[in-house]
Amino acid sequence: MLPMFSAYIDMIRIRFLMMLAYRVNYYSGIIIYAINIGAYYFLWKAIYGANETLGEFTVLQMTTYVAVSWMARAFYFNNLDREIANEIKDGSVAVQLTKPYPYLIFKMMQGLGEGLFRLLLFSVPGMVIVTLIFQIELPTQFDVWLIFMVMIFFSFLINSQINLLTGMFAFFVENNEGLMRFKRIAVDLFSGLIIPISFFPGWAKGVLEWLPFQAITYLPASVFTRRVVGDAIYNAFIVQVIWFLFLSIPIYVIWKMARRRLVVQGG
Amino acid sequence: MSAIHVNHLRKVFKVQKNREGLKGAFQDLFKRQYNQVAAVDDISFQIPRGEICGYIGENGAGKSTTIKMLTGILVPSSGQIEVNGMIPYKDREKFVRGIGVVFGQRSQLWWDIGVIESFQLLKKVYRVPENDFKMRLDEIVERLQLSEILNRPVRKLSLGQRMRCELAASLLHNPSILFLDEPTIGLDIVVKTEIREFLKEMNQKYETTILLTTHDLQDIEALCSRVIMLDQGHIIYDGGLQNLKDKWGKGKEVHFQFQKTYPLSTLHDLTKGLNVKWFKENELAAKVWIPQNEVNVSDVLSRIVGFTDISDIKIFETNTDEIVREIYKSGSAEKAKEVVASNV
Repeated sequence: MLPMFSAYIDMIRIRFLMMLAYRVNYYSGIIIYAINIGAYYFLWKAIYGANETLGEFTVLQMTTYVAVSWMARAFYFNNLDREIANEIKDGSVAVQLTKPYPYLIFKMMQGLGEGLFRLLLFSVPGMVIVTLIFQIELPTQFDVWLIFMVMIFFSFLINSQINLLTGMFAFFVENNEGLMRFKRIAVDLFSGLIIPISFFPGWAKGVLEWLPFQAITYLPASVFTRRVVGDAIYNAFIVQVIWFLFLSIPIYVIWKMARRRLVVQGG
Repeated sequence: MSAIHVNHLRKVFKVQKNREGLKGAFQDLFKRQYNQVAAVDDISFQIPRGEICGYIGENGAGKSTTIKMLTGILVPSSGQIEVNGMIPYKDREKFVRGIGVVFGQRSQLWWDIGVIESFQLLKKVYRVPENDFKMRLDEIVERLQLSEILNRPVRKLSLGQRMRCELAASLLHNPSILFLDEPTIGLDIVVKTEIREFLKEMNQKYETTILLTTHDLQDIEALCSRVIMLDQGHIIYDGGLQNLKDKWGKGKEVHFQFQKTYPLSTLHDLTKGLNVKWFKENELAAKVWIPQNEVNVSDVLSRIVGFTDISDIKIFETNTDEIVREIYKSGSAEKAKEVVASNV
């Protein structure tokens, strides 16, 4: 890991350059996120109506939750699954395998480069604008910000791990398009991005607590909105760490299997 | 010590069998049937250090599959491979540090950004010291005339420019073995020549062992001292290019341009006793077909030259294209064994 460090940093740099190469993508991304945050903001306002609290959330917590979870999404979101699946399908994974780096970690670094790009050039300025337009409440304690930053880093790790798993599926089936679409919706819905998990019916909440998705949005956003405080913060964080470690196992196993049966398509 | 050592190598792919019709499709839904296809079937060869070896064969003969096993991408079904003293698919990351690979149809450069950025990344990936990198880059850039395109994004390069960059990328870490899978595909003759010369130079200067697959036999003629021919997963020829021509070439053709008109019968008389065939081209030109190993070209020439007024002579050898086409066409099953056997 360590000797490769400068190569990893360079990979992040390359991804930065790639993101900069396509400006329209960048601008359209800003618009799409602005629309999403605006839509959900007003939707939740309407749902609350005259109510002060719903599903354990106050109005202010809810709007903050919406804003921060979309901004966090800008950081953790990536298309690694699609990239990997495409590279497997068109056979260009072969080229990657002739280079002396671990393919999956390199992919993660590219995702990180993409995430950092959006965090710095997108989430941070976006959050400033959102704070000015909408009524939200940012935490004032420094340590909350700090733990939140660490937690969205783990959101990135877990989300990317799920992406790696979905993408690698292309080794075993000829077309994993359906799975990738399902995964995308599952992450948005079950992570609490669209509806906070506390709004789900009891049985569903029970199920979701045993799935990795809540660790992507719901846990860090709950910490940020101060719905989770004190020692519970550390519990939330530990859940993330456990999922990260746990997901590493199938990734390792599937990668080993895939290397064995790798059929590079296209001659 | 040999750079590449391959012993009874096999690679079998499982290919899904699709049954016919609606009924078949339903059956496939529940129980799949597979065919075993051997892409590479029991091949053995060795390539000594510093050699340039051509690896040829029809599409689907198993060339790329072999290259992919030699570079550690594919795991063989059975048999042994040793490249650079290592087993490619084991400890892949360490192994690939010592080799360079170019796939003519795939890019190792980052599509959207300047070429130099990809080179910088490769420098880090291969841990090439800054000074070595600079020296090497300068040399390659000058030799392949890349200085003007270094900052251009790869997607804006022409195929020839891109291919030159691919070669540069594969050589930045000074690998001792270079694998080239159809490096000249789709290139114009100028770029092809440039690339051939560059490869030859690298081979002489750094003793880089080169294994290349190609469909362009001029690549082979320009570069390779040795050629391995593959058909349906088997090696059907392994040896020198000249040897191949001698063995499979059927003869030579000599074109004469005369200053006077000579009837064919006169020419026939002049070469009486020699098993050659004359053809009239026009009033002042004729050609003669001289079969291999039976008649000497010099014999024919000596009989004609003294007795006719000649303005020009051209000698044509059966070119390699024709020879190879002949071998491919003959299916080579039986003849192939002959060739291999006579080689041992």
